[in-house]
Amino acid sequence: MKRIALASTDGQTMTGEAPDQSPIAIRGMTVSYGQKPVVFSVDATFPEGSMTAIIGPNGAGKSTLLKASLGILRPLSGTVTVFGQPLNSQRHRIAYVPQRASVDWDFPTTVLDVVLMGLSRELGLLRLVRPRHRDKAIECLSRVGMAEFADRQIGQLSGGQQQRVFLARALAQGADLYLLDEPFAGVDAATEKAIIAVLKTLKAEGKTVVSVHHDLSTVSDYFDRVLILNTSKIAEGSVADAFTEANLQAAYGGRLATAQVAGIPVAG
Amino acid sequence: MLWQALTLQLGYNATLVAIGATLLGFAAGVTGTFLFLRRRSLVSDAISHATLPGVGLAFIVMVALGGDGRSLAGLLTGSAVTAALGLVAVQWLTRRTRLAEDSAIGAVLSVFFGLGVVLLTVIQTMESGRQAGLDSLLLGSTAGMLRADALLIAAGGALTLILTLILRRPMIMVAFDEDYAAARGLNIRQVDLVTMGLVMAVTVVGLKVVGLILIVALLIIPPVTARFWTDRTERVWLLSGVIGGVSGFIGAAISASAPALPTGPIIVLTGFSVFAASLFLAPNRGVLAAIIRHVAFQRRVHVRQGLLALAHGQPIYERYTVRLLHRAGLSRPDGVATEAGRARAAKALLDEKRWEILRAMPDHEAAAALYDGMRPIETVVTSDQLAEIDTHLAAPQEVLA
Amino acid sequence: MSGAEFVPLSLTPILIGVFAAIACALPGNFLVLRRQALIGDAISHVVLPGIVVAFLITGTVSTWPMMIGAAAAALLAVLLIEAIRRLGGIEPGAAMGVVFTTMFAGGVLLLERSDTSTVHLDVEHALMGNLESLIWLDAFGWGSLLDPEALAGLPPELFRMGLSMIGVIAFVWLFWRPLKISTFDEGFAQVMGMRTNLIGMSLVAVSALAAVAAFDAVGSIIVIAMFICPPAAARLMTNRLAAQVGWSVIFATLSAVLGYVLAGYGPLWLGAEDSVSAAGMIATVSGIVLGLAAVFGPARGGTQG
Repeated sequence: MKRIALASTDGQTMTGEAPDQSPIAIRGMTVSYGQKPVVFSVDATFPEGSMTAIIGPNGAGKSTLLKASLGILRPLSGTVTVFGQPLNSQRHRIAYVPQRASVDWDFPTTVLDVVLMGLSRELGLLRLVRPRHRDKAIECLSRVGMAEFADRQIGQLSGGQQQRVFLARALAQGADLYLLDEPFAGVDAATEKAIIAVLKTLKAEGKTVVSVHHDLSTVSDYFDRVLILNTSKIAEGSVADAFTEANLQAAYGGRLATAQVAGIPVAG
Repeated sequence: MLWQALTLQLGYNATLVAIGATLLGFAAGVTGTFLFLRRRSLVSDAISHATLPGVGLAFIVMVALGGDGRSLAGLLTGSAVTAALGLVAVQWLTRRTRLAEDSAIGAVLSVFFGLGVVLLTVIQTMESGRQAGLDSLLLGSTAGMLRADALLIAAGGALTLILTLILRRPMIMVAFDEDYAAARGLNIRQVDLVTMGLVMAVTVVGLKVVGLILIVALLIIPPVTARFWTDRTERVWLLSGVIGGVSGFIGAAISASAPALPTGPIIVLTGFSVFAASLFLAPNRGVLAAIIRHVAFQRRVHVRQGLLALAHGQPIYERYTVRLLHRAGLSRPDGVATEAGRARAAKALLDEKRWEILRAMPDHEAAAALYDGMRPIETVVTSDQLAEIDTHLAAPQEVLA
Repeated sequence: MSGAEFVPLSLTPILIGVFAAIACALPGNFLVLRRQALIGDAISHVVLPGIVVAFLITGTVSTWPMMIGAAAAALLAVLLIEAIRRLGGIEPGAAMGVVFTTMFAGGVLLLERSDTSTVHLDVEHALMGNLESLIWLDAFGWGSLLDPEALAGLPPELFRMGLSMIGVIAFVWLFWRPLKISTFDEGFAQVMGMRTNLIGMSLVAVSALAAVAAFDAVGSIIVIAMFICPPAAARLMTNRLAAQVGWSVIFATLSAVLGYVLAGYGPLWLGAEDSVSAAGMIATVSGIVLGLAAVFGPARGGTQG
């Protein structure tokens, strides 16, 4: 991990403010590598039952914002509340799907084992894996179409299959809030379809989904909200309100060719 | 005594050793830089431990051939053979199996060293082995050294240094940018082989001076230290060589000035002193500078964010921010802006607005990419451009889109 | 070989060797998977300064102060490596190299400066241990295993090493899930609320405990070899973590037993009169096991299996 911060803020929040009850509320988040903030003073709220894409150009701080919100990286400043409570008291309600490349796929373990990791809160330190745990893991695997791979060594999977296993592990956690880091990066079309179907089911169940996303052409099909980020927050809101050409231009600058914008079904 | 040692007045042998140690330290510093930049510093640990069985075998062979087995040149030749084998074993394990390099290094160093210890116990039982003194190669020992040995060390140090200087260009290129070097037609594997060959040479020459365990320090500490002072590859190797050479010289001199001051440890501890000083005090990358910079920067971020919140009339969520604003006279203890605070907040807001406009302008992409929330806009645009931006300030927002 | 010869002369050294090998191999599995295999190497090098300082402070060569000194040195080394890595932004391998060589140099210097030559405290002992001398003189045969009087004469190293092994087994068993999850996917483990830094430090601390307990009996060479060779060989045998740990225990035991026997009796079979270093031979055998696993191990290749 990169060196982020030598000192942290005291994390105390001002009193007298009614806490935001939304699944995740980020206030004044700044994260920097060395002396350069990659995320600057971002406020963001993700309402219950919404499905939000975090978009922005490469290096805009999308993954960094996600990781800092989850305490994986230390922010320079900023506070996070989850369902109106401090992050640490609500971890059981969060499922996190990291970038595929962030783990060692050569690790000696099987697909089923990885999904069972999602049950580790339930299993604690020493409880044995019972048939019902196994059944639940298999069920989560079938939801992503991977049940027949349960006994496979994880290194033998394709990129898309690895991503689906990660999603199955998140499902096993039975969380209320799902945070995904580039789930569609380098996966096949079938996997993308399978993942988005699962995410939409989650949304239908009233769960909250937040995903770092890079394919602008699918934003309006997949998500109902966007957070447009380029170091600072450019816009946040429903796809209809915030996913506009002007906002994209502001975030992507010249990197977003006009022709490209023309091809994207942005909101008027 | 120390002064005499530092001015090379302690006799022929001591002078030769000091010169040898200096040249060796310089060569080790330069060669070590390439290992360090390629993140393979600890390969040297495997190479150095792998010399032990070679020393033992060489002794046994020399005795079997009728010699007395203690010829330094012979022992060093043997050590080079098994060191090369150890290196091959590390490469073989990492290439042919799924094991990572650190496991391969650890396996090779412990197994070769174990084998070496087995051979040493064999030698101890041999008639001629009782006083072989091979353990002096473990920790290095220059006390009471033969003239021929001292000459060998000085010549070996000079030879490695010359080779290193001749071969440094391709090594720098590969360490600096592997892809670029490959594109220029360099054979990366060959260059790596050359680097490893030099590391081996340094190790073998250094056995008698600092011993096989501590030679690793000579290859690692100087480049790590040099890195604190410069970011430029073409300077790191030179600086590292100088640090290694100076450590070698001072260490050898101190060691010669009094009994019971073993050369190897003194050289290593000298090198480490330079490292520790650099770690804390180096102006840019040093810890002290980094902490001061970081705390100051974090304060600036908090103040800036606090001012923006004041400007937007939003609540400030962190006590630390309010404390900083209050201390700077920008707000009351309860977070309400003072006169000065309102002025600064307005300026901060103006800055943000200007940035917003700049970042929406397609033809200023390069400048806009420098946005990080903290950088004053005046540092990325000319005053003419700023004036142009300001014309948009008053204009209705639709124009920007 | 009769029990009358085997039990007093070979049983306890073999048992101690096996206990030490298992105690090091178990945490070694996780160190190898975390790319921290060389922590064992670093720890075993700093044992020397630890025992020298302990000797200088207490003035005696007794076991407990030396073990405490070694443990303190190991802990200091780990903290220094971590501090230098983070503060200086230096890659872990180089940070390790700086710390353990410097501490080792300090140990050698202190050793030379102090008058320890009269007592039995030397580099050789720290490196090679003295497995062959840990015999059970009160035993007369297998029957002595039931004889309380003879049992009272068992070498204390046997109990120390046995206890350390049990401690290590307990740690790995108790924290199996957090160790596994945080080794595989640190970010996920953090989001689950696991203290991954604490888990990592505990693993290193337990490794240090095993190393310190083992060096006194068997020397640092076995320690480094057992941290790495059996787990590395085991990794090439299977793609399941539990099976890997099982294989590593088998390989550690095999290396310890075979190495001891070969060191003690191998030279006699070859017509020589004296035995060779058991510690060195155990390390050598573990290397041969790894070599065989690298050539024949069913899971030796890359991700293609």
